[in-house]
Amino acid sequence: MMPSGDRSAESGEGLNRPAENASLLEVENLRVTFGGTAAVRGISLKVEKGETHCLVGESGCGKSVTSLAVMGLLARGGKREAERLAFAGTDIRNYGEREMSRLRGDRMAMIFQEPMTSLNPAYTVGSQMTEVLRRHRGTPRAQAVDRAAELLGRVGITAPGLRLGQYPHQLSGGLRQRVMIAMALMCDPELLIADEPTTALDVTVQAQILRLLAGIQKELGLGILLITHDLGVVARIADRVSVMYAGEVVESGPTAELFGDPQHPYTRGLLTCIPVPGKVKRDEPLGSIPGIVPRIPPGYVGCAFRDRCPHAHAECSGEIPRRAAGPGHEVLCTLPAGWPEGRMGRQAA
Amino acid sequence: MVKFLLRRLTVAVLVALTVLTLSFLLTRLSGDLAISIAGPSATAQDVEIIRQAYGLNRPVYVQYLDWLFRAVQGDFGDSYFFRDRVSNLIGARLPITMTLGLVGLGLALIVALPLGIIAAVRENTWLDRTVMMVALVGQAMPSFWLGLILMVWLGLNLGLLPISGTGGPEYYVMPGIVLAFSAIPSLMRLTRSGMIEALSSDYIRTARAKGLSRLSILVKHGFRNAAIPVVSIAAVQLGFMLGGSIVIETVFAMHGVGYLAWESISKNDYPVVQAVVLVLALIYIALTLLADLLNAVLDPRLRTA
Amino acid sequence: MSGAVLPGQGAWRRLLRNAGFALGALIVGIVLVVAILAPWITPYDPFAVNLEARLVPPSFMEGGTAANFLGTDQLGRDYLSRLIYGARISMIIGIATVITSGLIGTTIGILGGFYGGRVDDVVMFLITARLSIPVVLVALAVAGLLGSSFLLVILVLGLLLWDRFAVVARSTTMQLRTLDYVSAAWCAGSSQMSVLMREILPNIATHLAVVATLEMALAILLEAALSFLGLGVPAPLPSWGLMIAEAKEYMFFTPWVILVPGIALFVLVLGVNLLGDALRDMLGTDLSR
Repeated sequence: MMPSGDRSAESGEGLNRPAENASLLEVENLRVTFGGTAAVRGISLKVEKGETHCLVGESGCGKSVTSLAVMGLLARGGKREAERLAFAGTDIRNYGEREMSRLRGDRMAMIFQEPMTSLNPAYTVGSQMTEVLRRHRGTPRAQAVDRAAELLGRVGITAPGLRLGQYPHQLSGGLRQRVMIAMALMCDPELLIADEPTTALDVTVQAQILRLLAGIQKELGLGILLITHDLGVVARIADRVSVMYAGEVVESGPTAELFGDPQHPYTRGLLTCIPVPGKVKRDEPLGSIPGIVPRIPPGYVGCAFRDRCPHAHAECSGEIPRRAAGPGHEVLCTLPAGWPEGRMGRQAA
Repeated sequence: MVKFLLRRLTVAVLVALTVLTLSFLLTRLSGDLAISIAGPSATAQDVEIIRQAYGLNRPVYVQYLDWLFRAVQGDFGDSYFFRDRVSNLIGARLPITMTLGLVGLGLALIVALPLGIIAAVRENTWLDRTVMMVALVGQAMPSFWLGLILMVWLGLNLGLLPISGTGGPEYYVMPGIVLAFSAIPSLMRLTRSGMIEALSSDYIRTARAKGLSRLSILVKHGFRNAAIPVVSIAAVQLGFMLGGSIVIETVFAMHGVGYLAWESISKNDYPVVQAVVLVLALIYIALTLLADLLNAVLDPRLRTA
Repeated sequence: MSGAVLPGQGAWRRLLRNAGFALGALIVGIVLVVAILAPWITPYDPFAVNLEARLVPPSFMEGGTAANFLGTDQLGRDYLSRLIYGARISMIIGIATVITSGLIGTTIGILGGFYGGRVDDVVMFLITARLSIPVVLVALAVAGLLGSSFLLVILVLGLLLWDRFAVVARSTTMQLRTLDYVSAAWCAGSSQMSVLMREILPNIATHLAVVATLEMALAILLEAALSFLGLGVPAPLPSWGLMIAEAKEYMFFTPWVILVPGIALFVLVLGVNLLGDALRDMLGTDLSR
């Protein structure tokens, strides 16, 4: 057996209707558990065609698990459930490994956090790139090599012909991540999931890779689900943002709206953690949120952030309603809109 | 890479010289070789004649240098018992032992690789545990005893295979199985642990994210990397099998170099014993060298470094 | 990042390992006790020949008698009594070989790992040279030359089976040498000898224990093979290997004669290996090569 998550979901009759104007990726109430830990607790998100959707949060909040669950790549022991998990209007909840493998690499591609180890050390860059195209399209080797060289050029690699014959260990981390991106683009995917693609790289290289992703997105018009913990990145390239905390999306909305009017105390906390030139005074310390993301057992009720929240009150341990906070802007919090004036206890932003 | 090979080759030559010296010293262990050759019923006069005939009256270092000089040229002297050149004897018997070794290794790989891969893919299931139990059982099985049991069961009771002797392909099956048994546990464990490591790696996740077929993921991407240590162990195992051929060949009365060595030991025919020890050791050295080369070919990180 | 493991799995595995350990300990314990108590628990003299009752089958088989539980051999000697004395031989060979080869290998390995450089080159060379020597063949040749004896088997195996001890002692010492507390002891002015004895040896002891079980199993098997070929423990000592050799002529008519000592040998070696496996799993290191 390949290590993969059990795909036991409720039957999806009637939901399997590919629609012309369907979202590229629709996730509704996705849950992932690993034994006694609920890694993802009912998150919903949409990625539209040609849109960049950023999933933000601290390490351990379930961002990566979410992306792996969407791709059907959960590690062994991971159990996935969802009310809807649709790709281009088609429900893929009950897809087996074989059906998923036809989608993966072809219509939905993924790049990972660890460029150093994500390429197979035993094969050349060219061999690893061309096998995607050969697998999904049956393209002859020579043509596949041409395509690989073209894409390496597009992701900014000089002398693609030379690189194709090299092994991963002969490339730097930045180059390997470019190779990963080029490899993901081999079949012209509609959706690209990028799981913290810049975390393991040098700061200067990080910026290059992000610029590259943004450029490709504009050029090819693909939908990107970008997972990151870096709000600076989000501000620059996201169309929509979902903020995750302890396996839940606590706030989501269009980038400008969410950054302009953050509603959840956690979002506000995150925003105080990024230095903004001019806004933060020189000697003033950057904000930080005390504590760590807790491990949540299944069946947990209430706001998971309440132990770290400076505004927590009695209602926070009950069911939390999801309320609208603006156009396309939702927040999962008991505090009323505009709470800093209303019932704020201490300073927030 | 060239530097690594040169260093490796130097060590191999030095080890070979050491083994040459050791196999000379081996026959001098008893103190007076002439007495050992002559046997218990010989008179003092017989011993003296033998001493003269084999040049054993010369100083030891002269004997050593003479032996070394000839051995390097492939001349191991004459057999006392078989009345033939030792090199002829070994030349005639070696193909049988090599064939047996290769049959054993082949069978071992056919069993160990798939089982190791299956155990890794189904890690921690009853299947994995069963496979690991098989490895433990194989490790504990005395090879000569297994040989006897097969002779009684497959040879006598079922009448499937010839009980013993040297001959056509059917004579290699039972000894091959016994030899394979000794190599299977380590090959299987190594395949399993290598596959477990490979399957949990990031590049396997990448291969899955690329939508590759299951076979391609397991074999092309997984096993290819797990195979690197397996190859070197397989070469070493073949060396051990050849070294251990004396037991199997004696049990099955197969006239390979192992049986030759056993006969020679019983007949006090020391030039033959000495030569067999040397030849098997040299083969082992060559095999480990070959394993290192194969490793370098299989692992691009070594090849291009 | 790529998900946790089910907590139940770890517990399962530990249980299984413990089961293996318990079984191994039980087997080795029983054989050890039997070997020690041999003179008091054997029903007959293992060397007493009785030509009237030769090849009597075990009492649970057809034609067996209650007098000889595991039957008698081709000379009418009680099989159970010989088996019990054979346990003595196997255990003594196993333990003595491990002590001898363990001392040699550990010393060589620690020297190489601790001093590194030229010393280590020599150590690596010794290990490589040793591995290229075919053990069974050399042991047989030596026995053929010097005449086989119990002591010679121990000596030859002890002098030949030190390689794995050396490999493991060398690599573990090498890892330890760079650790902080060893450097600290070093800097605090401890003598080389005291660093070796107080800091290194206790820390590699568990790894060496795993090797010891593997080598003990190997030594027991090798002694049986040597004795089987007639150049190990000399007759009439009841080595299990020799018992199989003596019974070989009769195996086509009365297969149980090779089954009894063979199973004993197999079970003992399995027990020792189970102990080693459990130890290795406990340490979480893979020394199976």
